[in-house]
Amino acid sequence: MSVSKIFKSMEYGPAPESVSEANAWLDSHNRKFKLFINGKWVNGSGKAFKANNPANNDPLASIAQASKADVNKAVKAATDAGEAWRALSGFERSKYIYALARLVQKHARILAVLESLDNGKPIRETRDIDIPLVARHFYYHAGWASMLADELPGYEPHGVVGQIIPWNFPLLMLSWKIAPALAAGNTVVLKPAEQTPLTALYFSELCMKAGLPAGVVNIITGDGDTGKALVAHEGIAKLAFTGSTEVGKFIRKAIAGSGKEITLELGGKSPFIVFADADLDSAVEGVVNAIWFNQGEVCCAGSRLLVAESIAEKFYKKLRARMDKLRVGDPLDKAIDIGALVDDTQVKRVQSLIAIGLKEGGQIYQAKAALPKNGCFVAPTLITGVEPSSKLAQEEIFGPVLAAMTFRTPDEAITIANNSRYGLAASIWSENINTALDMAARVKAGIVWVNSTNQMDAACGFGGYRESGFGREGGREGMLAYLRLKSLAKLKPLKALEPMQQTVFEPIAGIDRTPKNYVGGKQARPDGSSVMPVVSPSGKLVGEVGRGNRKDIRNAVEAAAKHAGWSTSTAHLRAQILYYIGENLDARKDEFANRIKSMTGVSITKATTEVERSIERLFYYAGFADKFDGAVHNPPMRDIAIAMNEPLGIVGIVAPQEAPLLGFISLMAPAIATGNRVVMIPSDIHPLAATDFYQVLETSDVPAGVVNIVTGEHDVLTQTLAEHEEVNGLWYFGKAGGHAGVEAASISNLKQTWTHKGKAYNWTSADAQGRRFMEKSSQVKNIWVPYGA
Amino acid sequence: MSIKRNPGIPLDLDAIVDIKINRSALERRAKSLGGRRSVKKQWQVAWLLKAITVIDLTTLAGDDTKGRVRRLCAKATRPVKEEVLKALGADKLNIHPGAVCVYHNFVATAVEALAGTGIPVAAVSTGFPAGHTPMATRLAEIRASVKAGAQEIDIVIERHMVLCEDWQALYKMIQKCREACGEAHIKVILGTGELGTLTNVAKASMIAMMAGADFIKTSTGKESVNATLPVSLVMVRMIRDYQEMTGYKIGYKPAGGIGDAKTALLYLILMKEELGDEWLSPELFRIGASSLLTDIERQLEHCATGRYAARHHQPLV
Repeated sequence: MSVSKIFKSMEYGPAPESVSEANAWLDSHNRKFKLFINGKWVNGSGKAFKANNPANNDPLASIAQASKADVNKAVKAATDAGEAWRALSGFERSKYIYALARLVQKHARILAVLESLDNGKPIRETRDIDIPLVARHFYYHAGWASMLADELPGYEPHGVVGQIIPWNFPLLMLSWKIAPALAAGNTVVLKPAEQTPLTALYFSELCMKAGLPAGVVNIITGDGDTGKALVAHEGIAKLAFTGSTEVGKFIRKAIAGSGKEITLELGGKSPFIVFADADLDSAVEGVVNAIWFNQGEVCCAGSRLLVAESIAEKFYKKLRARMDKLRVGDPLDKAIDIGALVDDTQVKRVQSLIAIGLKEGGQIYQAKAALPKNGCFVAPTLITGVEPSSKLAQEEIFGPVLAAMTFRTPDEAITIANNSRYGLAASIWSENINTALDMAARVKAGIVWVNSTNQMDAACGFGGYRESGFGREGGREGMLAYLRLKSLAKLKPLKALEPMQQTVFEPIAGIDRTPKNYVGGKQARPDGSSVMPVVSPSGKLVGEVGRGNRKDIRNAVEAAAKHAGWSTSTAHLRAQILYYIGENLDARKDEFANRIKSMTGVSITKATTEVERSIERLFYYAGFADKFDGAVHNPPMRDIAIAMNEPLGIVGIVAPQEAPLLGFISLMAPAIATGNRVVMIPSDIHPLAATDFYQVLETSDVPAGVVNIVTGEHDVLTQTLAEHEEVNGLWYFGKAGGHAGVEAASISNLKQTWTHKGKAYNWTSADAQGRRFMEKSSQVKNIWVPYGA
Repeated sequence: MSIKRNPGIPLDLDAIVDIKINRSALERRAKSLGGRRSVKKQWQVAWLLKAITVIDLTTLAGDDTKGRVRRLCAKATRPVKEEVLKALGADKLNIHPGAVCVYHNFVATAVEALAGTGIPVAAVSTGFPAGHTPMATRLAEIRASVKAGAQEIDIVIERHMVLCEDWQALYKMIQKCREACGEAHIKVILGTGELGTLTNVAKASMIAMMAGADFIKTSTGKESVNATLPVSLVMVRMIRDYQEMTGYKIGYKPAGGIGDAKTALLYLILMKEELGDEWLSPELFRIGASSLLTDIERQLEHCATGRYAARHHQPLV
């Protein structure tokens, strides 16, 4: 095209990024890749598959499929490398991680090009966002390696970590997984997505360049079968997965009861809320970065637009005009906003969801951008008139499709925003700091961006609430996910206690007492109107408690759900009430000691110690309630990034069979100190301490519904509680053997589970209390507040 | 192309109150803009030539003389070496700057030097650069410049009216200047570097357009901070809003601090992305600059020859 013609039309021309360096690298491997195991390239024994460029469907390279045998090899390499890697000082490990950061920077260009070729995302994004964030992640964690011993004493690495990452941010997700794992002293077997293995393979060479000891990082390519083999491998101590909620649930279930630790970073349907007093033009730009970043293939994409009804039409008009400026096309063109979706399957899925949106009555607007004829392209799409009941409002699309609806008031905005099974991120636009922070506090999401969107940094934890997963990546909380308490390794296996048989038949002294359930602040007769005997080790009947059933659990959870106010009450109030519970328990110390003695047969001295420890524990968490502070992070931008600890919501707690009072209180106290409401299933062998305890609760100003107690057999009640979808967390310290069922049953709403993993906790020891219990009771919400007058 | 001139509208304070500007978000957009678009090869040539056509080639120095102004005008007449234009296939495009901008005392000199070229002369007026002179003097100054042949008048606003939110006074002041300009086009300089906040910049922009500005302009070049991308983003978005409100298209002129070809391209991209192709013409876009031209010439010469060009090979601005 001639200069004079362009001078008149003033259009953009092609601005291609060079692929010669990337091609040369692919050619240097004859476009046929092996597995990176034990520091070397190793042949895969499965059937190799192709990596394609989704922008034009050209094949890029042949990729090895790791078989089960290859997975075994990789895990063995990581296991063998583990001891020496753990034995290195933090400083030594830090030097390797620092080298990886520097190498990523030095090789930034080729990494950016490879990523764009393999995934279809625009070079602008890989060059300006993905790769710089990768380098930043290694830098940040190089620091953690050297600080670990001082900052997180008492912790040790898990061992071999299995990591499975998605195709949407291939190298960035690799860095989120590998950097903290190495900093903590773990060794790694990582499987990149089969659609996008290239940058992980290039990274293998960077590991060699950095002189990383063989076996510390192993990269195995392959499809879902490789992933399954990795998940199932007994040598894996912890799994970290980023990807779809569906696969996340599969993994959670597959490893239930195995003792493997797990963190999941899953899907989302994140709200993007625009108030009438927002800077609307900036909010429009925010939408572009929320849903048309990475073709909308972003777990935290702002895919649900909630606009104040008063400005909705004005905002849509601005948005449509902005959409028409978006350029879709060759991802390697430097003037392209939106590249190709990752493959045909994804294109079809997105298109079918757009069709559903149309059928459900949505109004569809697609950007006028011309699409290339070949390749996996979808035009940026806005669907207005979506209602919360529409499929498009509920289901993650993972494409460039924005579903828009309106709200009238801040309360309604929050109600709509939280009307989702997900809870990953939220973006809130208002120039009123009161409105913005009110929304930030109330939205159920792990990450909240005020007047911004899709901000990420290694210093700030990333991860979701609800079915968006659990665990955080980045920050201190992200480091903790790759560590475990040293003391846990010393615990002995837990033995199940079976009910004693009554051998002595004599009536219980005194007036007959009827222990009941405690639900919604009231004593409640068990639904089944049946009881189970409580028998002492000497065969004497000590009492009878209700034999709770499904409906009792249902009622208890309903009561907990109804009394949500506790979760937003002040920490000072929660502290006062915990102190008061302690005070009232102290007044009845002897009675509780005698009760414990009669049920368990321990000496009165031991029983008294258990009561005293329980009182001590109540005081401890009363004191901690108003000191469990969040943090203010330091991301490299002008921003106040607040990490807030928030309660999980409703926590089901199955208390230990042993230590009937202390075990119960050791778990209840931190859970309610952080603002959870709890449904407690006490020891099924010695339940009377817990039923006596509700009288203490009744006299201690504990608001109704905060603590609910249902007695019954662990095997029977746990399942209902673990499956209940209104319950956000499930702690299982009950009868030995029950934890696997809990982990498997928790998946329908992905509640956060914490179990004894078959280990016997010593409830009288100092390890049975502490910050860790507060951390388990809470989840971190990171709120980003950029500022500037 | 001829643009229907903005007659102004009655002062609408409701529209001012509603203005919300989020600085961080604006800065993010401004920062990402350069990474999102790129022009290469003949596209770069065409865009650089376009950039020349929107320059208000300016000299506003205490030591200006008739000789200096004549030299500037001569450069405006032949902004790029002919052999370079020929090599680029651009010799028929009649490339010249949008205007030559001088103080009142040199308007006549410039008009005479540019006679027959079609290049208009712009005069800075109204107590430039601070605007703290009696209103009557300022209006007389405008009339004198128009009489001397200036077709465009760049006025400065009284910044205190913005800082004290005296919108009524600002509106009246600009309206009077507009009246005094008559047929000459009026560019309203906001002095953005002295307005304190982007919100003030936005509000002042809107007032200026309501009062009848043909162009809104960032700065005099004499403030410590002159044209920046975030400030420009605010102003062009106000232009968009004003067009939405009234149908009139207002021109934009960043001035000061745009010294190299790359930055000039970035501003063209900004106009195209935020306002549209219509704003890629001297009718609706100007860049107040002088040394910029030399850098553009060097880039064009590089495009023509493949060699990086020296400054001293470009005829002096």
